Amino acid sequence: MLREIRPAILILVLLTLITGLAYPLAMTAIAGVIFPKQAQGSLIEKDGKVIGSALIGQEFKDDKYFHGRPSATLAPDPADSTKTVSAPYNAANSGGSNLGPTSKALNDRVKEDVEKLKAENPSAAVPVDLVTTSSSGLDPDISPEGALFQVPRVAKARNMPEDRVRQLVAENTQGRFAGLLGEPRVNVLALNLALDAASK
Amino acid sequence: MTLIGWFQILLYCAIVIALVKPLGWYMTRVFNGESTFLSPVLRPVESGLYWIGGVDESREQHWLTYTVAMLLFHVGGFLIIYGLMRLQALLPFNPQEQSAVAEDLSFNTAMSFITNTNWQNYGGESTLSYLTQMVGLTHQNFLSAATGIALAVALIRGFSRSSMRTIGNFWVDVTRCTLYVLLPICIVYTLFLVWQGMPQTLGAYVEATTLEGAKQTIAVGPVASQVAIKMLGTNGGGFFNANAAHPFENPTALSNFVQMLSIFALGAALTNVFGRMVGNQRQGWAILAVMGVLFLSGVAVTYWAEANGTTALHALGLTGGNMEGKEVRFGIVASSLFAVITTAASCGAVNAMHDSFTALGGMIPLINIELGEIIVGGVGAGMYGMLLFVVLAIFVAGLMVGRTPEYVGKKIEAREVQMAMLAILILPLMILGWTAVAVVFPPAVASMANAGPHGFTEVLYAYSSQTGNNGSAFAGLTGNTFFYNLTGGMAMFVGRFFMIVPAMAMAGSLAGKKSVPPSMGTFPTTGGLFVGLVVGVILIIGGLTFFPALALGPIVEHLAGNANNLF
Repeated sequence: MLREIRPAILILVLLTLITGLAYPLAMTAIAGVIFPKQAQGSLIEKDGKVIGSALIGQEFKDDKYFHGRPSATLAPDPADSTKTVSAPYNAANSGGSNLGPTSKALNDRVKEDVEKLKAENPSAAVPVDLVTTSSSGLDPDISPEGALFQVPRVAKARNMPEDRVRQLVAENTQGRFAGLLGEPRVNVLALNLALDAASK
Repeated sequence: MTLIGWFQILLYCAIVIALVKPLGWYMTRVFNGESTFLSPVLRPVESGLYWIGGVDESREQHWLTYTVAMLLFHVGGFLIIYGLMRLQALLPFNPQEQSAVAEDLSFNTAMSFITNTNWQNYGGESTLSYLTQMVGLTHQNFLSAATGIALAVALIRGFSRSSMRTIGNFWVDVTRCTLYVLLPICIVYTLFLVWQGMPQTLGAYVEATTLEGAKQTIAVGPVASQVAIKMLGTNGGGFFNANAAHPFENPTALSNFVQMLSIFALGAALTNVFGRMVGNQRQGWAILAVMGVLFLSGVAVTYWAEANGTTALHALGLTGGNMEGKEVRFGIVASSLFAVITTAASCGAVNAMHDSFTALGGMIPLINIELGEIIVGGVGAGMYGMLLFVVLAIFVAGLMVGRTPEYVGKKIEAREVQMAMLAILILPLMILGWTAVAVVFPPAVASMANAGPHGFTEVLYAYSSQTGNNGSAFAGLTGNTFFYNLTGGMAMFVGRFFMIVPAMAMAGSLAGKKSVPPSMGTFPTTGGLFVGLVVGVILIIGGLTFFPALALGPIVEHLAGNANNLF
């Protein structure tokens, strides 16, 4: 048994160096050359400044922008570091609400959001993704129904014809991969950038 | 439920089945010590490792030596992770200046990674430096996976050998698994993931100014290289807190589909390795069929429950299923499927928050774990876990007809059944025992995020997941407390190693027996009757053990939820 001690140390150290250092560093170098944009986080720049990542949702509150889903991410409370406060779309601390199906807190929150949206657009059914938080809190997408639901508000705030806004939603709707996998979706940041470009 | 949803599920199953034979063929060659198409490149590296490590690759080990070697290997692994977490503030590759991790959290995390659990009491992007993620976590993702596979192969050798004292060489099995199986796949896989949008950088977090002018700090890092092995090795520990739900850790529907495939790929292929080594591939397919029956039943229930939503949502006029805690790009079907896969295997990565699933939709992941994660299971761990149940099923069949039972040419006798029972009893002891302690200990109760039966389910899930070395969570529970870090760490340790040691003892005992040729009276173990029997034994043992606890948690919650009683 004693002769197992030498490999227990040396094989462990060598395999650790191979898998824990050589492998990730080599992959970082290779990926940086082949896919430089993705490797950095698919960042979007405007006028030389980073305005976000194509894959990470950000918070929109203004009526003239399409809004993403509610986000349950938190941040340390600046007043007391042992506590946390709500900080939607905090991309440095991802996470979901973790409220269960029979949670009163969840039900109250959803109810409030439903009422707000109904007031905004009484003519359509409220899409479920607009009143539920995503698991990462950083969901970059909403469903096509979720986007179409917001068209009247956005069109009014921008003084644009609704048909034009609807057309932009259609242009920014991505289908299932190969028509099969996943769900149809609209990237909120991409849509809002397209809106800004069209309003100019 | 939709047609296109079911089509995605069936497509998934078809591809997993198509991968079983080629991967099984390749892995059998690797563990039989034969050369492969990668040997010209890897053989010199392999020989170099043995030379430095003082390993004589032709010398095989007795089961006890094999097990001791494995345990020593893990002592070292534990110390590396623990040390890195405690010292990360002083070490390089720490652009966010993360401070040292507390003792209890370091203990829990180190235990979690050496046992292939990857329970996340830590929050990746807010706690760990890049060095800890790479050298600490990525390396143990490889080695705990390689260990699991090595142990499964050792047990398979027990069945396939006749009158031998040894079951292989642990160092050779672990090294070959890492070099020939895990690393090459991960290199290709990492590049695929980066192509799909996963970051792979050592740079600091990005400061962005959003369209509305707010500041957003975007966490990045060497994500892809870690995610590749996290999925392939059924580890499941996230680079980010939100795990595979984070858009950087699972950017597209395609990356999600491939991640699901990589959870099952090696575990499913091990059934074929088993078939090949015992000389009849149909033995392997029969075991895969047992797994398949249980898997599809679970998928059907969870998909139905999630697509259906809850009474509370319906009352507000919302249709389209339960989207709380799910991502739009995956939707209901890919989230439900992922949840069942990740708990059937001992992966534990999540692309949706299980805590927010409907009561029944979330019960299936819990049941999958409590059955011992033998539905494909963790790489290796699922295979040896399933073989323990097969031994019991064969024993039950033997009792029914009054003959000494046999399986693939080996007589199953008292020692094998004792060892199987010992390993299987560990699960309820740890899961139910610790849950019982936690729910009467006020500080532990305070950690629950949800009230009512759901809070109880959170605790039950936590100990199930840690004992089963799964790592997924009903994540509302505040697990990063002294009590949960300590007891959870113990559950993970016992759940892993107290299962391994009896399994290896069984391997040693089986290897020493003569192989008997099948006779007229041998119970055929490749047909539907055998599959039905094993499924039955698994469900009866799991059901008898865990039904009372499930009745207190998800079942009562389902009934309350239907009546729209909220807590």
